[in-house]
Amino acid sequence: MSLYSAETRRLTKRRFTKLFLLGVTLILAAVAVGMFFTNQKLGPDQIASAQAQAQQDYERSLEQFGRDLADCRAAQGTDRADRWPPNCEGMVEPTREDFQAQWYMPATFDFRETFPSMVTTLAALLALVAFIVGASFVGAEWSSGGMMNLLLWRPQRLRVLGTKLAALLVFFTALTVVFSAVWTGLFHLIAQARGSTAGMTSGAWQSIALMELRGLVLVIVAGAVGFGLASLGRHTAMALGVTIGALIVFQFGLGTVLELAGVKFAEAYLIPIWMIAWMDKEVKIEDSNSCDFSSAAGGCQPDALTLTWPMAGAILAGVFVLVVVASMWTMRSRDVT
Amino acid sequence: MTAVLEIAGLQKTYRSRKGVRKALDGFDMTVEAGQVHGFLGPNGSGKTTTLRTLLGLIRPNGGRMAILGREVPESLPEVAGLVGAIVESPQFFGNFTAHDTLSLLADAGGVRKERVVAVLELVGLRDRSKDRVKTYSLGMKQRLAVASALLKEPKLLILDEPANGLDPGGIREMRSLMRNLAESGMTVVLSSHILGEIQLICDSVTIISAGRRVAAGSVSDVLASHTSSTVRVSLEPGVDMRTAIELLRANGAQVTAEHDHFTVGNAGNPAQITRILAEREIYVSELTPVSADLESVFLELTGTAPVEGQNRQVDQTAAASPAPASGGWGQ
Ligand SMILES: Nc1ncnc2c1ncn2[C@@H]1O[C@H](COP(=O)(O)OP(=O)(O)O)[C@@H](O)[C@H]1O
Ligand SMILES: [Mg+2]
Repeated sequence: MSLYSAETRRLTKRRFTKLFLLGVTLILAAVAVGMFFTNQKLGPDQIASAQAQAQQDYERSLEQFGRDLADCRAAQGTDRADRWPPNCEGMVEPTREDFQAQWYMPATFDFRETFPSMVTTLAALLALVAFIVGASFVGAEWSSGGMMNLLLWRPQRLRVLGTKLAALLVFFTALTVVFSAVWTGLFHLIAQARGSTAGMTSGAWQSIALMELRGLVLVIVAGAVGFGLASLGRHTAMALGVTIGALIVFQFGLGTVLELAGVKFAEAYLIPIWMIAWMDKEVKIEDSNSCDFSSAAGGCQPDALTLTWPMAGAILAGVFVLVVVASMWTMRSRDVT
Repeated sequence: MTAVLEIAGLQKTYRSRKGVRKALDGFDMTVEAGQVHGFLGPNGSGKTTTLRTLLGLIRPNGGRMAILGREVPESLPEVAGLVGAIVESPQFFGNFTAHDTLSLLADAGGVRKERVVAVLELVGLRDRSKDRVKTYSLGMKQRLAVASALLKEPKLLILDEPANGLDPGGIREMRSLMRNLAESGMTVVLSSHILGEIQLICDSVTIISAGRRVAAGSVSDVLASHTSSTVRVSLEPGVDMRTAIELLRANGAQVTAEHDHFTVGNAGNPAQITRILAEREIYVSELTPVSADLESVFLELTGTAPVEGQNRQVDQTAAASPAPASGGWGQ
């Protein structure tokens, strides 16, 4: 327990940790402020103004149509006739339906509709910070020789590394829980002031809570992977380099190669789609090259592949276990010099 | 007396992509309780490797070790609380203060907080303990390292080259600190290549060369068993020293020329020198045995004495040295 509290203290004392937490807080605050000012509540005024706008545009469009039709008719039989459709057929008169008031409404924050993407934003940012802070936490310790000092004090390698990892993960779990709560509260207020909280049934709340839980898992896995890679490479730069390298290779190289090779569902080999699948519970990717005309609906029915959150979860668990076990395994047997 | 530290037949081979390197080749060492023990060896002889192996940082390829009667590395977790160590000028996280660094270690090792202030006082860092370690000089970092080793009030204190980077005052303070610690019952193992230091403060020594023990025992025993066979020779003023030196070298003597005299390193029988020189009508005005000090014993045993006209490389230990300690030239 003393080791654990020392590690927590070491983690929170580090300027690197403080700096990144401050950074992420500022970014999140900016997002919240931005959402506050770009959205408006819909009252009778906004509706009236939207209706007036729609009416105005409809009338203007009707006038234009009248002029065009007159021009067309006048042009019939002259050499300007080819500028218009033959016999002025196919010129459609705009209807009231083409100018619906709802399209003229200002942006509004509908909690049920929009908050899930805010949850994803929070989870992605915190996961990034957990990865970087986790990598630097153990990486700096290896490269500065602090790990050796610690092992002289506590010659139990797995315990030392495991406690460090536990301290990191517990810290980020607490952080994510607090941030998620504040984030939810904040956007609930924004929705009340600049939108609506309609439709928030207990089922809707539950689904948001589960989504935030999946976000927490993402943060934990990112932290553990950053920590594990840095410990394997004994350097912070290693963990960061590996991920950036992996991202570039995955995102661009692999994507291009798969595309060229005409591999079906190439996206499924890329990381981001799995993140989306994890957060949004499922994501459907379609293969635009294939068409199935046999369906009753008619037309082209592209082949589709649905990635679900249990699949994404299995991949996250696999990566987590692989990296953590590998870092523990090398820790057990390596020479510390 | 009981042995606080025992090492027998220790083997360590480093393997890397560049090949293998045998750092320890059946090394033995014994340290008795309550002593200040000097662990001597030239650069790259395996001192740090020995200490790292002992402290469980690297795995030996063979041999056995015991600290305070307990086999290590198996029992290391139990004895670790009784051993304070620094290995090869330890690095600290630069952005933390000395006080933070030590209090985190104290936390991790379950040591009372008061010790932090006490050891900082002891090594003379009290007034700078709130400064970041990044801003410390080499000697101050070394003091901090010693402080970290003393934090748990160890029974056995292991210091790898503690005098590194210390100023003369610091070296003297370190010396009296170690004497005091030894008097209070602590056993101190001190690795060094600074021989004057060791001779001044150590009760006993182990000398290592190329991964093997070449001498061990109390300082006086080591000196006595390797009585110097070196003599200092001066000639009559005005006589050309070079002729004499060439003559002796031609007869197999190890001669080192100095400004106004020369020394013969392997003069088992000094009379031989006078005879050879007298035959050419060169007469000596002074012929005195040079009393052995630890440095010459060290150079002789480890084969790292400088040879004129050669640049000795670190791993070179002149195993083909022409004169073993006993039965020198001229007998
Ligand atoms: N991590 C390592 N990898 C490979 N060789 C090493 C390593 N550490 C030390 N050595 C080699 O082992 C030998 C002994 O080194 P060391 O124990 O550090 O010597 P000392 O401390 O006596 O100066 C040297 O030849 C050194 O080059
Ligand atoms: Mg060394």
